[in-house]
Order: sequence, then C-alpha cells, then structure tokens
Amino acid sequence: MNSATAGSPVMDALPSVKADRLPLLLVPVLALVALPLMGSLSTWVTLTVAGLAMGMIIFIIASGLTLVFGLMDVLNFGHGVFIALGAYLAMSVLGTMTGWTASEHLLLNLLAALPAMLVAMIVAGGVGLAFERVIIRPVYGQHLKQIMITMGGMIVGEELIKVIWGAQTIPLPLPAAFRGALLLGDAAVEKYRLIAVVIGLAVFAAMFWVLSRTKVGLLIRAGVQDREMVESLGYRIRRLFVGVFVAGSALAGLGGVMWGLYQQNLTPQMGSQVNVLIFIVIIIGGLGSVGGCFIGALLVGLLANYTGFLVPKVALFSNILLMVIVLLWRPQGIYPVAKR
Amino acid sequence: MLNRLFSGDLPRSRMLTLLLIAIVAGLALVPFIFPGAKAINVAAKICVFIVLVASFDLLLGYTGIVSFAHTMFFGIGAYGVSIALTRMGPTWAAVAAGIAAALAMSLVLSLLIGLFSLRVKAIFYAMITLAVASAFQTFASQMSEITGGEDGLSFKVPELLRHGFALSDQPFLGVSLDGKLISYYLLFAVSVVLFLLMLRIVNSPFGRVLQAIRENDFRAEALGYRTVVYRTLSNVLSAGFATLAGVLLALWLRYNGPDTSLSFEIMIDILLMVVIGGMGTMYGAVVGATLFVIAQNYLQDLMKLASDAANGIPLLSNLVHPDRWLLWLGILFVVSVYRFPTGIVGKLRAKVLGKP
Repeated sequence: MNSATAGSPVMDALPSVKADRLPLLLVPVLALVALPLMGSLSTWVTLTVAGLAMGMIIFIIASGLTLVFGLMDVLNFGHGVFIALGAYLAMSVLGTMTGWTASEHLLLNLLAALPAMLVAMIVAGGVGLAFERVIIRPVYGQHLKQIMITMGGMIVGEELIKVIWGAQTIPLPLPAAFRGALLLGDAAVEKYRLIAVVIGLAVFAAMFWVLSRTKVGLLIRAGVQDREMVESLGYRIRRLFVGVFVAGSALAGLGGVMWGLYQQNLTPQMGSQVNVLIFIVIIIGGLGSVGGCFIGALLVGLLANYTGFLVPKVALFSNILLMVIVLLWRPQGIYPVAKR
Repeated sequence: MLNRLFSGDLPRSRMLTLLLIAIVAGLALVPFIFPGAKAINVAAKICVFIVLVASFDLLLGYTGIVSFAHTMFFGIGAYGVSIALTRMGPTWAAVAAGIAAALAMSLVLSLLIGLFSLRVKAIFYAMITLAVASAFQTFASQMSEITGGEDGLSFKVPELLRHGFALSDQPFLGVSLDGKLISYYLLFAVSVVLFLLMLRIVNSPFGRVLQAIRENDFRAEALGYRTVVYRTLSNVLSAGFATLAGVLLALWLRYNGPDTSLSFEIMIDILLMVVIGGMGTMYGAVVGATLFVIAQNYLQDLMKLASDAANGIPLLSNLVHPDRWLLWLGILFVVSVYRFPTGIVGKLRAKVLGKP
C-alpha cells in the first residue's frame, strides 16, 4: 500500500472503487451471536440450516423483483401471484407422477421434481410476459397507478387461481426421498432444506455470473445505475427490461415451487403472504441490489428461525425489527444501487 | 347555507346529485323502506365504509400517498372500543375511554410511521406500511388475552343501544323503536358529521396544499410548504377518521375480530371502493362504498343465478360461482384504473364540463 501512495499517474486518474464488504459480515455475525444463546451446537446447526434454506428460497423469489425495480422503477405488487402460480403448477405436475414421487429412489424423485420446476418456471415466465404487456406497460412512470394496477392484477390472479384449482388448502407432499432428516453428529438436518440451500446457491451463482461476467449482465447493472445513460449509448433498455421481468417471474415460479414444498400445503393467498416477506427483504437489501437482496434474505431467514426457537412471540416481528435496525444504519438499504 | 354545509364543494353534476340524494335518502330511510335484518346491516356497513373510504381518499386521492396500513387504524378503533367495553362493562364511560385510547394510539402510530417513512418515495411508503400492517395483524391475534385472538371479542354495548331496549311500546310507522333503530340512526348521524368534516378539511386551504403536493411535491416545497409536515398531518388525520370508523363498526356489530376489521382483504376492498368511486373527491367514497357493499351482499345472489344457469359447463360455472365475485370487481378495478382513473364521480363530472 505504501508504495502505491507514491502514485502512478494511472492510479491517480482513476481511483479504484472501494468495495463495501462490511455487510457481508452481517450473516456470519448473526449466526455466531446466536450460537451461545442456543445452548447446544446441534440445535444451532439445525436452525442455521433451516434459516439458510428459508433465506435461499426467499432470495430466489425476491431477486427478480429487486432487479425489475432497479431497472425500470417498476414495483410489482403482483409478484406474489407468480409464487402461487408456480406452486400450484408444481402440485399439478407432481400429481401426475405419483409413481415417481412415491418411490424412495432419489433419482426418480429428482426426475419428477425437475419437470415440475421447469413447467412452473416456463408458465410463470410466460404469464409474466403477458402481465408486463397488459398490466404494467400502460402505466410506466406513474407510481401511484403502478401500485394500484399491480395490486389489481394480484387480486384477479388470485381469484383465477381459485377458479382453476379451488379455494381450499391443498396438501403438497414432498417426494419420498426428500423427506426425513440427515444426522450430522447430533444435529438433525432435514434433507429438503439442504436441497433448498443447494438450489439457492446455484441460482445465486448463476445470477452472479450473468450479472458480472456477461454483456447482458453488464447492461443490466449499468441500467440499474443510470438508465438514461445506457439508452443514450444506443441500447434498448425496454427489451432488456422485458427479459428481466420474464426471468424474474420465472424465478418467482421456481421459488413458489420450493416455498410450496417447504410449507407442504398450498393456499391461493400464499402469494400475498410471501409478498410481505419479500418486500422487507428488498428494502433491507437496497432496492435494485442483488447482493443486498441475498444478504437480506439470509438475515431474514436466519433471524426468523433463531427467534422462533428462542422467543416465539417475537419471531412474528423479527422481520420488521430487522428492517428498522438496518434502515437506521443505512436508510437506503444495505447496498443502495438505484440512484433515485 | 347548503353551500356552506358542503364546504363549497357541491356535486357539480345533475346525475351525481341525484345519485347522492338517492343514496343518502336510501340510507336514512332504510329501516322504514326495507324491513328485515339484512337490509339494515348492509346499510350500516355502507355508512361505516363511507367514512373509512373517505378517510383513505384523504390520503390516496388528495395527498397522493398509498398506504396499506389503513385497516390497521380501522382495527385499532374497533379493538379500542371492544376491549374497553369488555373490561369496563357496558357504560358510556367505557365507550369514551375506548375511543380516547384508540385515537391516542392511532395518533402515535401514524405519526411514527409518517415521520419514519414519508420522507421517502411513494413506493417505499407503500411497502413499509404493508409490512407494518401485517405485523400488527399478527400482533393482534397473538395477544389473545387482551384481544381475544382469532376468535375476537363479543361484548355488550350501553343499554340504549341494545336490541332489547325499547323506547316506546308503540311501533312508529310499523317499525319498532328499539335499540337497534337507535344504534342505526346514531351511526348514520355520526357518519354524516364525520363525512362533512372531512369535506371541510379537503376544501380548506390545508386541503389545497395537500392537492398541490399530490400534483407536484417539488413545486409545493419550492412554494414554501413543508411537504413532510403536510404529508404527516394528512396521514394522522386520515388515521384518526379511520379509527372512528372502526369504533362505529364495533359498536354496531357488538363484536370485533381480526377478520372483521384488520384483515388485508378489507384493505383491498377499500382500495377498490376508492378507485371505482373516484379518487380525489369525497363523493367518490360515497358512491364507491355504496356500490361495493351492495355488490358484496347482493351480487353473489345474482351470480348464484348465473352459476345455476351455467351449471355443467366446466370453466364457466366456476367463473360465475358466487364466491368469485371479487374476480369481477378486480377486473372492474383494473379497467377503471386505465379507462376512467377518476372513477364514477370523475366521469359524471367530466360530462358536465364537456358540455359548453
């Protein structure tokens, strides 16, 4: 460092941006603080894995929403519909393959779960395309109308789900091999939670790769920071936006499948319930920031599980509490990206 | 005189005037025109929702703030009276204490939320209120020792309002003068007063500033108005009126639970009523609430007929199933945000303006 201060001209001309790594510590710090409170290591491991799994699922759902907001200043209050849609589609697809889901064989289970997730993603993405065109496109730049119209879209979507699948609660059993728990020492870790963590990490890695290593990703990040600049360089940010919206809807569909399997039963209102959680996460993360969204989701997931074990009554407000604390620390969220 | 009563904000459309007169006359005479428990219950609900929707319009239509915590204040009012009457017995003192406590709590909460988040953008505020409201709902159902949890609270109202109470043995125009009738007219009168008060507020200089903020907050700030202060005040006022609407509902139903006053469904209902009736005008609240509550109670009967007619056709019979009435109102809502964003009232007024 000392030699650098002497200064080559290049360094002076363009000081490197100092990476803001402090928030990265939040998740491990939270986990470590919780450790002595738990009493035993095995409980802590169980709860941590559960929290991470929940956080990963929330991240999958929320990541699309935060990008859509950052890129086009559109906040979709109807995002929850895609969650419910994905979950119900998975239920229908898995319902046709009871032979495979009932078998104890992991491979057959995966073969059943994979098409369920694919169908959910494709259909949710397709519906997202239509949703963008019909519901959102006419009200660009009008926040008030946007909030109301997407809310209206959600009401209609929820009712349509009731029309197709009925209003009652439907059980969604896990495929046989996903059930039960693994023993890591004394700690029991549910298998499905591990799977959720793996899928979540995979989605995060893929997203990270696309955003930081491809040209499309570069454009998306640039668009989030300054849309007009990207447009003036000749890129059609509208097309990019539609792509991100569709991808975000598809991810919400995937997240819906995983959330449905996590809860193991489905109600048409599940979308609006998860919606609240997602909003908290993207506010914590900073609107438009995928990294912040990831950290926020993990924090929410971990805190919900820790407090649920330690002080169940507080658990219901842990999210709000977390949001207030984070906003007091950084009023724009952990990583304020969108400069609006 | 009339001009003064309506704060200089007359309906300004013959159709609208007729509609409003019909609604008010209908509400005033319900016990005499439509006998039966259902009609009077619907009418009472309309009165409560007119106040509630008007108070939401103060925020959404006049100030341009989207809040999803409005049912929270509605619920605080309803719970305040319910808890006070359960704990202190059926006296007027309990009612007063409940109202005072509920108003104080709404005031503090709305002030806190306002100061905390009204500095930021509309979208931020909408999200934060959504989160706070859902937390409050869980809070209310968790504190079951006080709030009765999911079951809610049933309580006795002061004697004058009880159904058993009779003012006189002689029926008047074929209607018995019992506590129910008194409660209804009390509710009606309070609703009218609250509504006229809100009409006064939005047509005052203060109300004009709110509308200026809605149209262009930057410019309002530049003219020297502290927009944060005005927004927060508008938030507090609207919360206060919502609280009083909650009080009315609880006193009428003699019951309160999370589903009757706090649930998110009610929030969506209010939003629909404001938009369909017409944002940015108090009369929109009257038209919207009346239309919606009547649809809620009678559209289902109509749809049942259609559903029976469409019996056997797989998807269609589901679409017109009585439980799916919200689907059609949701579609109406989306269409009205696009096609006539000023709602029914705006449409009727525009017709008048269109004529030279």
